[in-house]
Amino acid sequence: MKRKIDSIIEAIIFVCGILSIIFVALIFGFLLKEGFAFFKEFGVIGFITGDLWYPTSDPPKFGILPLIIGSLFVTAGACVIAVPIGVMSALYISEVAPKGVRDVLKSFVELMAAIPSVVIGFVGMVTLVPLVRTIFDIPTGLTAFSGSIMLAFMAMPTIITISEDAIRSVPWSYKEGALALGATKWQTLHRIVLRAAMPGIIAAIMLGIGRVVGETMAVMMITGNAAQIPYSIFEPVRTMTATIAAEMGETVRGGMHYRSLFAIGLVLFLITFIVNFTADLFLGKTKK
Amino acid sequence: MFNKRFLSPKVSQKISYAILFCATILAIIPVSIIVFIIIKNGASAITWEFLTSMPKDGMRGGGIFPAIIGTLSIVLCAITITLPIGVCAAIYLNEYAKDNLLTRVIKLAIVNLAGVPSVVYGLFGLGIFVMFLQLGVSIVAGALTLSIMELPVIITTARGALSSVPHSFREASLSLGVSRWQTIRHVVLPNALPGILTGAILSIARVSGETAPIMFTAAAFYVPHLPKSAFDQVMALPYHLYIISTQIPNMPRNIIFGTALVLLMMVLSMSLIAIIARIYFRKRRKW
Repeated sequence: MKRKIDSIIEAIIFVCGILSIIFVALIFGFLLKEGFAFFKEFGVIGFITGDLWYPTSDPPKFGILPLIIGSLFVTAGACVIAVPIGVMSALYISEVAPKGVRDVLKSFVELMAAIPSVVIGFVGMVTLVPLVRTIFDIPTGLTAFSGSIMLAFMAMPTIITISEDAIRSVPWSYKEGALALGATKWQTLHRIVLRAAMPGIIAAIMLGIGRVVGETMAVMMITGNAAQIPYSIFEPVRTMTATIAAEMGETVRGGMHYRSLFAIGLVLFLITFIVNFTADLFLGKTKK
Repeated sequence: MFNKRFLSPKVSQKISYAILFCATILAIIPVSIIVFIIIKNGASAITWEFLTSMPKDGMRGGGIFPAIIGTLSIVLCAITITLPIGVCAAIYLNEYAKDNLLTRVIKLAIVNLAGVPSVVYGLFGLGIFVMFLQLGVSIVAGALTLSIMELPVIITTARGALSSVPHSFREASLSLGVSRWQTIRHVVLPNALPGILTGAILSIARVSGETAPIMFTAAAFYVPHLPKSAFDQVMALPYHLYIISTQIPNMPRNIIFGTALVLLMMVLSMSLIAIIARIYFRKRRKW
């Protein structure tokens, strides 16, 4: 009897174990189903390369190139800010800061990661946006630049936490070797430790990028939501995520516009899949 | 980085450390400023009435009680679904799984689930729970959506907690003739419980601030009453903040800041409790 209960429980545990696979497959399958229905009528090439996004005009235009470029601008801007600061902070926290300070900083970074994006978006809207407008003397502060700055803060916790793990997992013997040869701590740090931790740091950067690409609320509130191809970082842009969030409420369920948003979701899913998969490969490298 | 002909190694170390220190300051100061701005502008709005009454005058007055209740009900419902599933998945990965293709695929799936953008979860939830399963825009639909979203976090933290239980515990129990499941149930799980629970609290905190996944699955612009069943639409704090800060003209600033403050404090205090609990349990651990 006991044995029977045991085996039932173990079967349940197994099912829960493989549930993650089922969910990923379900999400992908669902996006594919709606996306395919859209592509059948509109075509993939025109969708990816079309430079006009007028989903409600007659005839509607579903070109997501401006949205892809919008996402690219914001992501690139956020990375330029978040990557150097994030990696340097990770170095400081893991190798330079005294132990007590380190623990406090680590907890602080964890708290940073918990701040909701809608809160970041709201604060950016009331403080940063008017500031950007007056400093750069442009018609509106709702730009890709403002979005990049706020998103950088959202990518930093990811970059710092994972880089810090990678730096701390560098074997002691590496450092001892360098220090024994008379290198200073800093020389050891940037010539040996940083190099050994590089795969992990690259993974951290990729995961940070993944977070920024998928970020929705803050981006929607700060970047101005203009679905046109931007020529500079100081113009309003609209990202793929913001398009889905802003327009889903107005669509007719099951219509072309509705399905086009699922098609954008599919593109986003594939991008983050590739980013996360690559990051995981790099993380696997550090463990060896 | 610094040529030694110009700077001695010691001086270059000092300069570099100073730069790293400044970078750390740059990373943490802006976020502190954000928190400070919200507290400074929002504190005046927080009264007992604000927390416990319904909105009035098209949200421009009154309180945010239904939004608080709505968020709590979605989030608690979600963790009730995820926690057992996530812990079982973690048990499978840590105690049963062999190092084979299936295990690698599961791990890859978890990594990807963690990386799916929140708005895509919203789309998925809308498609499958609201439309296909006909749950409508409701607490259940939102909770199911969030529960899939927090699953990878729960699995990862639970697995960490399980793997920190020493092997000798399991061996001692197995050598007494106790079955594998009984060993997990009576030896491994009780020792991993604090770690699992802190992970759960942390994940509740994170999920409370999510807007995009519940926008099309659970949240409503305005509901004049509290939810009566799990199939009702609800107001939710993050969505409410989005609405009042972008969609309603002439919104009193202190109400927006007050709402942001309540949401922020909810999320930060839960995270802080989890972090402190984790430090406490780690210190108390006997192995």
